Amino acid sequence: MAGKEKDELLHDHNHDRIDEDGIDRRGFLKCMAWAGTGAFCVIRGGVLRSYSFSRLPALDPKEMAGELSFAQISDSHMGFNKAANPDVAGTLKAAVDKINGLTVAPEFLLHTGDISHLSKPEEFDAVQQILKAAKPQDVFYVPGEHDVLNDDGKDFLDRFAKGSKGAGWYSFDKKGVHFIGLVNVMNLKAGGLGSLGHEQLEWLEDDVKLLKHSTPIVVFAHIPLWSVYPEWGWGTEDSAQALSYLKKFGSLTVLNGHIHQTMQKVEGNVTFHTAASTAFPQPAPGKADSPGPMKVPAEQLKSLLGITDVNFVRGQQALGVVDSTLE
Amino acid sequence: MRRSVSVAVLITVVVLGFAVWGARNSGVAAQGKAQNAEVKIDNFSFGPAMVTVPAGSTVTWTNHDDIPHTVVSADDPKAFKSKVLDTDEKFSFTFTKAGSYSYFCSVHPKMTGKVVVQ
Repeated sequence: MAGKEKDELLHDHNHDRIDEDGIDRRGFLKCMAWAGTGAFCVIRGGVLRSYSFSRLPALDPKEMAGELSFAQISDSHMGFNKAANPDVAGTLKAAVDKINGLTVAPEFLLHTGDISHLSKPEEFDAVQQILKAAKPQDVFYVPGEHDVLNDDGKDFLDRFAKGSKGAGWYSFDKKGVHFIGLVNVMNLKAGGLGSLGHEQLEWLEDDVKLLKHSTPIVVFAHIPLWSVYPEWGWGTEDSAQALSYLKKFGSLTVLNGHIHQTMQKVEGNVTFHTAASTAFPQPAPGKADSPGPMKVPAEQLKSLLGITDVNFVRGQQALGVVDSTLE
Repeated sequence: MRRSVSVAVLITVVVLGFAVWGARNSGVAAQGKAQNAEVKIDNFSFGPAMVTVPAGSTVTWTNHDDIPHTVVSADDPKAFKSKVLDTDEKFSFTFTKAGSYSYFCSVHPKMTGKVVVQ
């Protein structure tokens, strides 16, 4: 496939006004309008297409239903109790209700990290307990930096990534799609970004070496594997090397969390997608003094939190990505 | 002539003696003048980003963010390393040796700071 050089940001966060408290309210309304209706996105021939959630009933069901669907949740931050969201358990439960209400039941869940806020056992326990209520019982995790705070991530590994390699990376296959969970939150260097590290990169190169180029690939990791906003550490320093091993594949989707907002970007045949947090929103890149939690009126909170539902349609080499909010 | 030379030598010795005594004394004084410093962690940054203190001073970091941070030496081996600091938690370290100590937040490595110990 001829890789397009087009560099297209599908959800543009160039909002133009920030209030004194650092909250871009007008931009918010724009985001909410987008997030509130949600979007159904299809990658076809390496290009992602986005449909408003409200248009889903009018879409050809073939475009929505596939042989494989799964949902992505992210950044639950169990244990967080500040003003931005005093009830992170409640919003995670709302995400589970949303997943259980999807017309096509996802076969499994991906959690792209920051399960907990402080890596405490009781925080991990709470998330595991809440997710037991989800219809899909298989949950695949990668750690966020908040999950590996105390013991180099040993508790995370024991609970969520048994049998994985290194700090918790692994791959698995579902109906012809190859999924790769990567860890980019360990051994971070002063002044640096997310990092995969030499050992993991070698493993990745080896992991995909024998796969056919027609195999659809889904990579998931916590910190974005594209440069969303390096000034805030929203990127991974050695992601280019990882992607160099994956660019031969005709269909490559990269799912991340960490930035607590939904963004999509298409670069050639690679589609990058970040999921919203189930806990609290963060500001658009550079639109506040820091990437700290945004305090929004309670009635707006659920419209900014969400889940991501991904549909894989065999034969079209397409992944449909649907974002929906918790409302 | 001989006498004046002796006087000069005597004066020199006395002056040198005072100088040595004074230098030692001021060294002791510097040790005793440890000036403790505070660094605020706010809005994903260390403030002030650089503090300069005499040897023997204690620097205390306080996290004012809603998000946990750490204070970790950027040197190898690490000169100091805090546990994870949740909101309003503090970390203190006493710097006994002169030098320049770079540090960062291991959770958000874009956050960096420096302590200069004189």
